[in-house]
Amino acid sequence: MPTFVYMTRCNGCGNCVDICPSDIMHIDKTYRRAYNIEPSMCWECCACVKACPKNAIDVRGYADFAPLGHSVRVDRDEEKGVIAWRVKFRNGKKDVSLMAPITTVPWGSGQPELRDVPAPTQDQRDSQHLWSEPEMIRMDDGDVHTLKSNGLKMKLGVSY
Amino acid sequence: MAPKTIIEDNIDILVAGAGLGGTGAAFEARYWGQDKKIVIAEKANIDRSGAVAQGLYAINCYMGTRFGENNPEDHVRYARIDLMGMVREDLLFDMARHVDSTVHNFEKWGLPIMRDEDSGTYLREGRWQIMIHGESYKPIVAEAAKKSADKVFNRVCITHLLMDEAKDNRIAGAVGFNVRTGNFHVFKSKTVVCGAGGASNIFKPRSTGEGAGRVWYAPWSSGSAYALMINAGAKMTQMENRIVLARFKDGFGPVGAYFLHLKTYTQNGVGEEYESKWFPELTEMVGKEYLDTEASHLTHRPIPTCLRNHALINEVNAGRGPIHMVTMHSFQDPHLEEIGWHNFLGMTVSQAVLWAATDIDPKNENPELTTSEPYVMGSHATGCGAWCSGPEDVSPPEYQWGYNRMMTIEGLFGAGDAVGGTPHAFSSGSFTEGRLAAKAACKYIDDGKGENIKVTSATLEKLKKEIFKPMEHYKLYRNEIVAGSVNPHYHNPRQFLDRLQKLMDEYCAGLTVNYMTNEKLLNIGLKKLAIMEEDLEKIAAEDLHELLRAWEVKHRHRTSECVMQHTLFRKETRWPGYYYRGDVMKLDDENWHVLTVSRRDPETGQYTMEKAPLYHLEDVKVESVGEDEPVETVAAE
Ligand SMILES: Cc1cc2nc3c(=O)[nH]c(=O)nc-3n(C[C@H](O)[C@H](O)[C@H](O)COP(=O)(O)OP(=O)(O)OC[C@H]3O[C@@H](n4cnc5c(N)ncnc54)[C@H](O)[C@@H]3O)c2cc1C
Ligand code: SF4
Ligand code: SF4
Repeated sequence: MPTFVYMTRCNGCGNCVDICPSDIMHIDKTYRRAYNIEPSMCWECCACVKACPKNAIDVRGYADFAPLGHSVRVDRDEEKGVIAWRVKFRNGKKDVSLMAPITTVPWGSGQPELRDVPAPTQDQRDSQHLWSEPEMIRMDDGDVHTLKSNGLKMKLGVSY
Repeated sequence: MAPKTIIEDNIDILVAGAGLGGTGAAFEARYWGQDKKIVIAEKANIDRSGAVAQGLYAINCYMGTRFGENNPEDHVRYARIDLMGMVREDLLFDMARHVDSTVHNFEKWGLPIMRDEDSGTYLREGRWQIMIHGESYKPIVAEAAKKSADKVFNRVCITHLLMDEAKDNRIAGAVGFNVRTGNFHVFKSKTVVCGAGGASNIFKPRSTGEGAGRVWYAPWSSGSAYALMINAGAKMTQMENRIVLARFKDGFGPVGAYFLHLKTYTQNGVGEEYESKWFPELTEMVGKEYLDTEASHLTHRPIPTCLRNHALINEVNAGRGPIHMVTMHSFQDPHLEEIGWHNFLGMTVSQAVLWAATDIDPKNENPELTTSEPYVMGSHATGCGAWCSGPEDVSPPEYQWGYNRMMTIEGLFGAGDAVGGTPHAFSSGSFTEGRLAAKAACKYIDDGKGENIKVTSATLEKLKKEIFKPMEHYKLYRNEIVAGSVNPHYHNPRQFLDRLQKLMDEYCAGLTVNYMTNEKLLNIGLKKLAIMEEDLEKIAAEDLHELLRAWEVKHRHRTSECVMQHTLFRKETRWPGYYYRGDVMKLDDENWHVLTVSRRDPETGQYTMEKAPLYHLEDVKVESVGEDEPVETVAAE
């Protein structure tokens, strides 16, 4: 389902242009509204659909294998931390509504500022630890695994 | 208007491409280099770039040592079996021993990971996979990277890595252009972490016309990581090891959760189990060491992904298609049905669209499966990528020459698809590799290894000209014709992409030839790729968007050449079901139980191929011989 834009809904804000990983949502020079310039490079990732404040972007299944008359709509809300989907079948017999969380913490609040945490010691630099290790590996006192700790060695040749 | 030159100088760590690997690197670099200058250059927008742009419904690599589930070496053995022995076990062990901390961090950052209500463990899809509500996986990790980076340059496509002109074989940064402004960007940096991802769309895809973007790996995966590294002269490994996926037909919807969690299974067009009947023949081809159905049955040893493909391909060729995924039983359970739909919406929306469009309700009808065209990437069930140094406490001498995840070019590091020999890293493992690379890069800088890099303005001028040449070429010849896209002086990027895909398909074991090739075909293919390289000098770009496509197809071309060289070099059929060397239809451990390593000489364009030894992790058995003299012997598995 490459994307398309409803003429009467789009206000030309450019959010979709900013987000499309394929660089194919562009603003039409005449209408000053967005459109998909290269449907054959659209992954239907819906990044643009989710980013559009006007719900102006929709998808229509790929012409080479998807019959007309279906609908998949999405509404993503960072503040509420949820995403809602609605899938409608071509024959009108099935209509699925689904909801899923997108975050368990207020949006953007969970990631640390590593600039401000205590600097690593020389011992840590010389060890195999990464940030927050070893605690965050096993959540106990255990250290990072090594060949020695796990009773292993590297052997040349076949493995059987 | 002539492009402006924008120079970003004195960078310590440049992340070139910030998908899962790149964001991991940018994030972690801040901890080990609190005073360092960390810059990201990304061709799209890091909030939704790379293979995880639309989200994932599972994290495919998690040990669960915390819950007593697996140890790192268990995962290494699994990857080894799946890849028919061909993996870098030092790098895999290293990734696996850190990956859990990555996942636990993700959970803290807000990524919703499902829990098993009874046991309190993460909800497992399979032995290695845990289930998540991951629609916002990429924006969540991007947020972490943004907090750590000094600057993020979105919409800057990196075209070349910069080599130091003061010291041989040392990195000095990268150059590229801004897809929106058309400015020329120079990043002078002591280290570069290459995270520019794998390659879709280098083999002719199953999808056609408007649907050509419906590929399994994202259409924007342009093989840039490989091309950048190859062009700089880095050694590459296992580039022949492309992957073919068995997925839901047309939509390429994921099957992992269906098989593992929803307990669906496959059958042929007449409703029979078909896999096992192909296994005796396969055991003949690959040997009992690699396919022993009895042992697999008894010990739950997994059947390698490629061999299962082989069964599917042959069953269809025998006229008993299509292959169906039997969903009708599982989907009677409304809870499982819901998971089935979430699974698509969270990572492959098109599959949901397709079922809605074709009125396929998996409750009442079993959907079709098919095999895809081949993909070149290094973090799924395949291990293409750069030849990297391993961690000092694990790697044998042949795998260790400097800093962890550093390539054969000083100061050049990699993560994710960029790193060779490390299949089954997936999203979490790629992020972890980025973290490992970042720590090592900081150490490299602290050891004074990146001092006094030099890039002359003559070099920059030359590169700038080269980067924008497709636009100049277009302007020069456009008006020789009335209108349209047929011009005797140039091809546009789409025309080159079609040419590349057809060529790779027909000569390098694509889908329309049933994944078959041989020495003769490969040699013809290489000749055609060389001629294409001459023509690529005449690629024309009408605007900046086409300039992006022009560089993407150039990168895909270089990646393809390396794949072709490697496929020619490995004279055996190691992975039936991924590709076949028709002239050597057997697995040959006597001569080819090795990793393949290539280097393209940037001056001459010539490839040198070599075999690198394979090391495997083995248990150490301690037998006491004398009183207190334990002797280490290696136990057979
Ligand atoms: C359909 C699908 C399903 C998957 N399912 C799962 C799953 O369930 N669980 C799981 O754990 N993993 C899954 N994976 C795998 C996972 O997505 C990859 O392993 C991972 O994303 C690889 O990370 P990477 O950093 O190497 O590449 P990517 O994440 O693709 O990042 C590459 C980055 O480089 C940028 N880039 C490319 N070229 C350039 C350039 N020239 N200049 C600048 N920037 C550039 C790209 O825009 C992108 O941001 C799936 C992948 C796909 C496609
Ligand atoms: S669906 Fe994805 S690829 Fe297609 S236009 Fe929207 S953002 Fe771009
Ligand atoms: S995001 Fe929506 S409103 Fe804004 S330009 Fe795109 S389609 Fe139009």
